[in-house]
Amino acid sequence: MKFFAVSILVFWLVAVLLGRVLHLNPDLIDLHAILSTPSEHYWLGADDLGRSLLARLLRGVEVSFLVAITVTSVTMCIGVLVGLIAGFYGGKVDRFLMQITDIFLAFPGILLAIAFAAVLGPGIINLMIALCLTGWVSYARLTRGQTLSLRNRQHVQASESLGAKVPRLIAYHILPLLTSILVVEATYSIASVIIAEASLSFLGLGIQAPNASWGAMLRDGVRYMLVAPHYVLVVGFSLMSLILAINLGGDYLRASLNVQADA
Amino acid sequence: MIKRLSGLFVVIFGVLLLTFLLIHVVPGDPVEVMLGDSATQADRSQLRSELGLERPLVQQFAIYLTKVAQGDFGQSIHTKTPIANLIKTRYPATLKLATLALLIGLSIGVPLGIYAALKAGQWQDLVVTLVSVRLSAMPAFWLGPILMLVFAVYFGWFPVSGMESNTSIILPALTLGLGLSAILTRMTRTSLLEVLNDDYIRTARAKGLSESTVILRHALRAALLPIITIVGLQMGSLLAGTVITETIFSWDGIGRLLVESIEKRDYPVTQACVLVVALSYVLVNQVTDFVYRLADPRVKV
Repeated sequence: MKFFAVSILVFWLVAVLLGRVLHLNPDLIDLHAILSTPSEHYWLGADDLGRSLLARLLRGVEVSFLVAITVTSVTMCIGVLVGLIAGFYGGKVDRFLMQITDIFLAFPGILLAIAFAAVLGPGIINLMIALCLTGWVSYARLTRGQTLSLRNRQHVQASESLGAKVPRLIAYHILPLLTSILVVEATYSIASVIIAEASLSFLGLGIQAPNASWGAMLRDGVRYMLVAPHYVLVVGFSLMSLILAINLGGDYLRASLNVQADA
Repeated sequence: MIKRLSGLFVVIFGVLLLTFLLIHVVPGDPVEVMLGDSATQADRSQLRSELGLERPLVQQFAIYLTKVAQGDFGQSIHTKTPIANLIKTRYPATLKLATLALLIGLSIGVPLGIYAALKAGQWQDLVVTLVSVRLSAMPAFWLGPILMLVFAVYFGWFPVSGMESNTSIILPALTLGLGLSAILTRMTRTSLLEVLNDDYIRTARAKGLSESTVILRHALRAALLPIITIVGLQMGSLLAGTVITETIFSWDGIGRLLVESIEKRDYPVTQACVLVVALSYVLVNQVTDFVYRLADPRVKV
């Protein structure tokens, strides 16, 4: 399983680098190749404008990772900060902050991100803002729960009674113990952000034409499914393999870092 | 109970506030964005006063609250019809789809999970686990097209999209239900395995009860309790999943209404759809919580 996950990730990394080295052009239009099936010239076929699917797929995965890593970093920072404050101080602060996360959790799935992306207008920056606005909540919940129990551990109490200030307590005595659980959470969250980005782009709310993105490619693939089924299949299988690899990687990390699964 | 209700009240208030603020997040002048360049000055000022945008924010929110409480979501900018009517016609379709998806998820997921748990460690368990892991890695916008290609295009058993025929609902419901069943399979398996190690199961076996009585009467009752909570939580992703699934299969539910309203920049409709789906989710969670309390003799209602 570990081998499977790592080899898919390495495969995509090498493919993207090769695409860059070989100067594959995702925007080059070839009117003779419109919706053509895989051939020696177009390894994965061409899309509805006669652009190489391979080149667009590789540019798309780059964009996916760019969005996923940015959004995951930002949401993790916000969420961990909120969670630390809530869990460390407890009481009214905790109740207030958790009430806010409850409100965000009342919007199922990516509904709120869809709504924000819709009113902010389409585009990659707005897409990332929408995903950040809604993505921090799970980190806040997770960090808060952990901090709440760590707060009363003896090493924290000892340091506190020796006169350590709050930032020191958090940075030296609580945060290090949260690292492994956050690493695991971040891995899963990269996969879910990739899906969320693809969903929003699928709905036309994310990355705009002519830029390549997997979600938009899937949408076009569905549109031309009856005449060129290879289009949607190529993009779909790529997406599924990537998500599966990241999730399996997460499972492996969780097992090896000995992190307990919630729920 | 009172504490729970006040928490619920705060959440509903927050949901209303967030959806209200949506229209104020629009960069620039929302009226300009919604009407486009071709609108006349008169149209603009009319819409501005309809939306009450010239009033102070707090007052706008107060008006919004009173209107929503009366079931008045305003007017669609595009069709000029009351949004409440649009929702009334679209909501039942989504409800139908979500319910069928839930039934599919339960009727596949729970038996398969039980089967995997009883065969734990054997090849049947491995196959079920492998399939459900793969299924849960398939988002609706990928599983949907596959089902469509295989069952509508290749075999021609079901219509490709739309909702004219009686069988139109099958493919979108399967799209939503299969993903759910994958999650339910894994949860049922874990939950049942945990229970099977309990002392009272050993007691039941030692009493000489038949294996089927032990599993069905003793183990399942306890094992299925956590499933209720999972179903409640999964209703959320089901409701959000309908947005994409309805778009793929042209199913005229509230999810498609949402997407259409976004495309037409009919933001009052967008706002109303988001609100209705979020409130349904809050309601579903409350109901599952209540059912869980009824079903679990250890928790007092």
